[in-house]
Amino acid sequence: MLNATLRELSAALAAKKLSSVELTRACLGRIERHNGELNAFITADAPQALAAAERADARRAGKGNAGEAGPLTGIPVAHKDIFCTRAMRTTCGSRMLENYVSPYDAHVVEQLERAGTVLVGKCNMDEFAMGSSTETSHFGPARNPWDKRRVTGGSSGGSAAAVAARLVPAATGTDTGGSIRQPAALSGVCGLKPTYGVVSRYGIVAFASSLDQAGPIAKSAADLALLMNVMAGFDERDSTSVERPKEDYGRFLDTELKGLRIGVPKEYFGEGVDAGVLRAVEAALRWYEAQGARRVDLQLPTSPLGVPVYYVIAPAEASSNLSRFDGVRYGHRAQGYSDLMDMYCRTRAEGFGAEVKQRILVGTYVLSHGYYDAYYLQAQKVRRLIARDFAQAFERCDVILGPTSPTTAFEIGAKASDPVQMYLNDIFTVSAPLAGVPALSIPCGFDEAGLPVGLQLTGDYFSEARLIGIAHRYQQATDWHLRVPKETPL
Amino acid sequence: MSLTPDDVRRLARLARIAIQPEESGAVLDRLNRVLGLIDQMRAIDTTGIEPMAHAVDVVQRLRPDEVRESDQRELYQSVAPAVEDGLYLVPKVIE
Repeated sequence: MLNATLRELSAALAAKKLSSVELTRACLGRIERHNGELNAFITADAPQALAAAERADARRAGKGNAGEAGPLTGIPVAHKDIFCTRAMRTTCGSRMLENYVSPYDAHVVEQLERAGTVLVGKCNMDEFAMGSSTETSHFGPARNPWDKRRVTGGSSGGSAAAVAARLVPAATGTDTGGSIRQPAALSGVCGLKPTYGVVSRYGIVAFASSLDQAGPIAKSAADLALLMNVMAGFDERDSTSVERPKEDYGRFLDTELKGLRIGVPKEYFGEGVDAGVLRAVEAALRWYEAQGARRVDLQLPTSPLGVPVYYVIAPAEASSNLSRFDGVRYGHRAQGYSDLMDMYCRTRAEGFGAEVKQRILVGTYVLSHGYYDAYYLQAQKVRRLIARDFAQAFERCDVILGPTSPTTAFEIGAKASDPVQMYLNDIFTVSAPLAGVPALSIPCGFDEAGLPVGLQLTGDYFSEARLIGIAHRYQQATDWHLRVPKETPL
Repeated sequence: MSLTPDDVRRLARLARIAIQPEESGAVLDRLNRVLGLIDQMRAIDTTGIEPMAHAVDVVQRLRPDEVRESDQRELYQSVAPAVEDGLYLVPKVIE
């Protein structure tokens, strides 16, 4: 049951072979047993979860007034602790919001609640989603279920670890520069960053508003489709929400691979990529070719500029967004200050961790008088060039294939001293949010140390369903996504 | 270009973040490493390129100017560090 996909669980719930209470109890038991070591959850709430599970079972039985049950009714889920919830505190991995309980629910939270999912808890993350390892969390690092000495990736590392260790069958994440896909890759699960604007940002603590996008993390590509069917959709409370007709993200699960044009950028297969990562990704590419897909060699010349551009735009927008944390309306306030200015400065010094402060300072610098044109405006222009690279590539191919991350999971603390080494981990993931296109990561094997490798598929705007279909076909022929980490056996 | 300790003090003040003297060296070092990374994009020729502010070109939607929100002051202030009589309390700013 714990290794079953959402589709299988949904069928078992519908056939009354399994109750939501049983399934939720099993998940809570796993959390009880493993979370002490994994630190995947910041908050878990068994009584609330069981009450929600009972409601879901009643709804499946046709009782109550919540309406007809859907495919996800009764499925336990966890939210990254960046999604505002009334039912549980929303810390964003920060001391600043350690005891913050939101007066409202995020759109994604409402949607999943309406669908009848069972919220079991809130997942660990890099503080304010700033990080690639979940080490900047105020609540301590999450640990990788494949090797607890190693990071989960980040920033949605708690969500990825929770799904990988089979603590919950599905979780939510957010992706600004790779924060869904990179932890999915390093933890051996599937994660999708949708096209910008497809999932509402309402109620998500803002990091970099022109890049932030929420998406699902689950065991299989087909499960991502089930979650997207609930999470995606127009929401007028998010001014950048895209108005489009509802779509079924599972409609291309039987997509034809013959004739599919797979773009292979030479920049994604060059130096700096681990041999074990290359081996697994190239094997996946050969599998697609064997099914009749055609390899299209191409170049994304601006690809190396993604990380520098990202580390201008994201900190700039963050420095503005995080100015709201001033100790007045919510969150932490320092004790013992002399005046208003001193209260602000001490509150922010105490409430934010080192990485967040560093990014606010970088953002303040690149936006400051005399530097704006040279940094922020220049970054926005290079961002246009990066988007053009993708547009040109998608004239020649249907999907771009490559590694999600240049390495597998690294040891906790290994990259903590040099921010640039940490940032370069995002080299293959930052470009998609900069351009706004969708991308997903699925497991495609293991390196010689037994650590999972992620395969990234990037598509043109609004091609999520196609990406999911292409990934699903691969998962019908492989079982990488069904392997269970040895440190958390079933 | 490298930042100086004075630059860091100025930025910290602009950003309303207190930095202790003993941490300023490490902060300066890390900021300079990040700026070194960022500098890679400064040399790119972007003459005539339109800045890209957003991933998807959307027109700002307007909604009818009508009252929708109800008064939720108590709820919103329930999470504030210090309130009194429905007001947020801050240190005195006017003598």
